[in-house]
Amino acid sequence: MNLDFSPEDLAFRDEVRAFIAQNYPEGLRERQEEGEEMSKEDFLSWHRTLAQKGWVAPAWPEKYGGPGWTSVQRYIWSEETARADCVPILPFGINMVGPVIYTFGTPEQKERFLPPTLSGEIWWSQGYSEPGAGSDLASLKTKAERFTGDDGKDYYLVNGQKTWTTLAQHGDWIFCLVRTDPNAKIQEGISFLLIDMKSSGVTVRPIITLGGEHEVNEVWLENVKVPVENRIFDENKGWTCAKFLLAHERSGIAGVARSKRGIERIRQIARTELSDEGDALIRDPMFKRKIAELEIDLAALEYTELRTLAGEAAGKGPGPESSVLKIKGTEIQQRITELALEAAGHYGAPYFRGFPKDGDNAHPIGPDFAHRAAPTYFNVRKTSIYGGSNEIQRNIIAKMVLGL
Amino acid sequence: MDFNFTEEQSMVRDTVASFLQDKYDFETRRKIVASDSGWRADYWKAFAEELGILGASFSEELGGLGGGAIDNMIIMEEFGKALVIEPYLGTVVIGGGFMKHSGYANAAAVIEGIVAGTTTIAFAYAEPQGRYTWSDLKTTARKDGAGWTLNGHKAVVVGAPFASHFVVTARTGGSQRETSGVSVFLVDKNLPGVVTRDYPTVDGGRASEVYFENVSLPGDALVGQEGAGLPLVDKVIDEATAASLAEGVGVLRKLHEGTLDYAKQRKQFGRAIADFQVLQHRMVDMFIELEQSVSMTYMATIKLDESDAERAKAVSAAKVRIGRALKFVGQNAIQIHGGMGMTDELAIGHYFKRGTIIEGLFGSVDHHLRRYEGLSFGAAA
Repeated sequence: MNLDFSPEDLAFRDEVRAFIAQNYPEGLRERQEEGEEMSKEDFLSWHRTLAQKGWVAPAWPEKYGGPGWTSVQRYIWSEETARADCVPILPFGINMVGPVIYTFGTPEQKERFLPPTLSGEIWWSQGYSEPGAGSDLASLKTKAERFTGDDGKDYYLVNGQKTWTTLAQHGDWIFCLVRTDPNAKIQEGISFLLIDMKSSGVTVRPIITLGGEHEVNEVWLENVKVPVENRIFDENKGWTCAKFLLAHERSGIAGVARSKRGIERIRQIARTELSDEGDALIRDPMFKRKIAELEIDLAALEYTELRTLAGEAAGKGPGPESSVLKIKGTEIQQRITELALEAAGHYGAPYFRGFPKDGDNAHPIGPDFAHRAAPTYFNVRKTSIYGGSNEIQRNIIAKMVLGL
Repeated sequence: MDFNFTEEQSMVRDTVASFLQDKYDFETRRKIVASDSGWRADYWKAFAEELGILGASFSEELGGLGGGAIDNMIIMEEFGKALVIEPYLGTVVIGGGFMKHSGYANAAAVIEGIVAGTTTIAFAYAEPQGRYTWSDLKTTARKDGAGWTLNGHKAVVVGAPFASHFVVTARTGGSQRETSGVSVFLVDKNLPGVVTRDYPTVDGGRASEVYFENVSLPGDALVGQEGAGLPLVDKVIDEATAASLAEGVGVLRKLHEGTLDYAKQRKQFGRAIADFQVLQHRMVDMFIELEQSVSMTYMATIKLDESDAERAKAVSAAKVRIGRALKFVGQNAIQIHGGMGMTDELAIGHYFKRGTIIEGLFGSVDHHLRRYEGLSFGAAA
């Protein structure tokens, strides 16, 4: 067993650090560190920088535009980008639909969709969840009926409603699971469609969440005409793509590197905030204890992830063990936000979303981190719900690992 | 042994509950929160005149209805159920508390204004550096002829935008964290030199940073004894903490009830999610937290008039238990609601947010655990 980085890996790490230092704007770093909401351009500017360098899709095969990194290099990459408070690369194109397209797509589909996904020209949205189909994804109702258009080509007529569609307000394309055979068994009869969001009949409506953010949306699909050529893989076999995508979604969900950075940030905060004793909060035995417990739990998560990574490097795909990473990873992310809110004390209560406003020089009161502490705490409750709730993850472990 | 309310107390509860049911549904509350003023002055007037509840906890000699802390508990629990914004805690429980316990010469006149609904009070006690140590004060009041000159900055003064007066803690002697040298003042918000910066709070309320810039106070602004105000502050904050925990119980009831209702109607995998044992046990644990919180609120409220140490211990014990309940029940209410729990649209998230603020109000769980340990183990610890 050897968990040390090789000299090559260390050289790679230095290269990555130097690249980030030279190319990642300080203004973005500061806003990401404070937990401010990111605009479309914030996400895209860093995406484009990485795309030009060929680093935007670390897990993609080289022939589709990936950098050809080893799993250790990918690990180093996620560590370094988190350490430097880099804006996250949105997963919908790069981690989700991209791999589905290069795995299941036709040569034409690969050529048409992969380059603009890499470059950031297509902003992808994920159309999985529906009002009646959350954790029970297979019960989705959006239907797609085949017909031949006046132009003699084959189309689907899509009707239904998707929900919790993250950042769909910026979306160019949405990948959807739709029901193409209503009479088949529940997980059969589903197809995987790519839908141009500029199509007539697509409506995006905001859902405002607990922290006041507009992060998720409802997407209504009313008589939307989708060419059959936009279907990935066989008709009625979309569940195969869905399962493949969900496994990819879960593998990145532990967020170890970002949680490490989060705990480091809590330590910074606790060095400047004061305890009841008027001393630094970091010397408060109770607060210190909570940080220590978090660090220990994060170490357990990190080494579990490393073992999973090593397994993947040895050719094992991400299995149901990824549910362990999801459960523990999201719990740790949530506890970090609890500590930030605790550290804020009285200044956790003021609400300054959107500050400073245009033409307004006023700044939030209290310590810099404090005005985002409560909204972030509320917002991060989502992590144990999305991507298959933590209850569902436990079901998966019970069934797939323990054979219960 | 009797945990029943008197006829008068039951009447207060029913009056408040029926008013709120008619006039403070969630949509109305949402409009109040979004309005420019952030509260309903006409409702406050109705509390005073139509319902008469602003006097419920004051003795008859002081123009009240003869009740006390239990009335505050009852009213605050109902307010918790409806997420009421209006400043009962600051005005009646805290402002009124200082009037009741200080021997203040003008107390009767101030209470008369509170009961009539014309005087509204916000408590300016916290400072940016002080966290939950109420004696940690940089605000000063210096003798100036017959009166005082007040200077300082008070942090997150809840309800300040609705207030006609502030109760302010200030140092009239001693060093920054000393327990002696703390005095309490009643300050008219309209005095020259009182500067406020108002803002919303995450739970839909309003608060202000309050700055006192050479504010000239008359001699009779001093409430209680000069330099000996800290025990009074501790007592009133304990009463306010108990009342806020009663509000927390109201919040807990709605979180629990709302989650049960949702779990019974939300279907996944072909059946109601309430059928899943893992969620049933979770909701049972939430229920246990709720029941114990009710018990602890009673315990703390009943002990408010005991010795300082007994009172403080009871309140801190209740705060620890209910603070944890608010976190557990709130987080699980959101979790069981799934994505819907994350939306601004459903009431459940707003109860979670209010519960979260109550959890940290007048000291975090850690603060009260430490205080309890100090009182329970003393020097032996």
